[in-house]
Amino acid sequence: MALALGGYFTSGSNIFATSLITVQTWFSSRFIALQDFLTAPRDIASLRQRNTELEAEVAELQAQVIQLQQEVGETQILAALVDFSRANPENQYRAAAVIGRDPSPFLQYVIINRGSNDGILRGMPVVTDQGLVGRVDAVIADAARVQLITDPTANVNIRLQNAEEEASLVGSVTGDLTLELIPQDASLQRGDLVLTSGLGGGYPPDLIVGQVQDVRSRDFDLFKQATVQPVVDFNQLKIVLVIVNFKPVDIAPLEPAP
Amino acid sequence: MRNLIAVPVIILAVILQSTVIGSIKLLSGIADLPLVMLAAWALQEEVDTAWQWAVAAGALVGFFSGMHWLVPVLSYLIVVTLAQAFQRRVWQAPLLAMFSVTFLGTIVLYASSLMVLSLAGVSLPLVEVLGQLALPGILLNMLLAIPVYAVMRDLARWVYPAPEVE
Repeated sequence: MALALGGYFTSGSNIFATSLITVQTWFSSRFIALQDFLTAPRDIASLRQRNTELEAEVAELQAQVIQLQQEVGETQILAALVDFSRANPENQYRAAAVIGRDPSPFLQYVIINRGSNDGILRGMPVVTDQGLVGRVDAVIADAARVQLITDPTANVNIRLQNAEEEASLVGSVTGDLTLELIPQDASLQRGDLVLTSGLGGGYPPDLIVGQVQDVRSRDFDLFKQATVQPVVDFNQLKIVLVIVNFKPVDIAPLEPAP
Repeated sequence: MRNLIAVPVIILAVILQSTVIGSIKLLSGIADLPLVMLAAWALQEEVDTAWQWAVAAGALVGFFSGMHWLVPVLSYLIVVTLAQAFQRRVWQAPLLAMFSVTFLGTIVLYASSLMVLSLAGVSLPLVEVLGQLALPGILLNMLLAIPVYAVMRDLARWVYPAPEVE
């Protein structure tokens, strides 16, 4: 005790403490290393689980983004259709989504998700905000089949806005539109607007159909022909408007028998 | 009871044709999933209900389509006839039979469709029809033939399991 109080053990205790700390540090570092070694796999497993959860969350968010983008696209289309219906208040419209296409490659029909339960009748014209699409060909309770104007059996009576001439627009198996029965003396130019004439009672007048793209005229033909670029992109049809207050006129009984 | 499997399979095929397959165009040609599916089904040895499938698929396609319903019904019946004839003759090369039936069946369907359209007074520029529509359609049907054959073979094995040999 007296020696300790006299400071004679200081150096010895320092050496002891240093050694003790060194040994403890060595044990501690090895223990931490061992602990890391033993706990690391559990961390990796939990990290992997967390990563999977986050990946699932990212996938879910990406799906939401795609859905929202789709909804924005549909909203834009609907807004354009609402503008169109406001600009043409003389007609009553029923919006319908395109849910299918004709299984035959030779015909140009689409199927819409509105039918007789929604007041859709055979013969009603179908349009978009851009122009004429076609007319209803067959109806069931909750769906209808629409014949596009590009169908090979479709025939639309039209007038040329600039030339003040009337003609007949026919489709084809490849979806091209051709103007027929144009008088040879008609002054027809590329870019002329093609509108429905209303003749025959199949379509209301003054619906935009397309623009003249190319004119073919031969001296020995009775009539000119022209190809028409439709204003509606028929490959991108998603939502259409059915004009429900238009009653088509069936002139078949008035036509002379062949 | 196992004949009822035709109902969901045919409905699914026609809906897929109307919504998805019909939108995938090569020039103006599209594949015909019900036709390829029928060809693959009729080529399976154990299948004995291909005729009923042809009538059901043809009637459903006719219901969806603006084409007269007799066109798909008769064409699909001819496809089944072709498939059964090929099954007996080239039974050792099922894929060759599948390609042959798909090729000939598509031609039969297109020829009957064109005949009906020409009877309706539609002008048919044959060069355009061939180049823009028929040849791309045949090519797409050929591309569809292999995966559809594999699916229908698995379906046939599931519906008609082979008897266990002791």
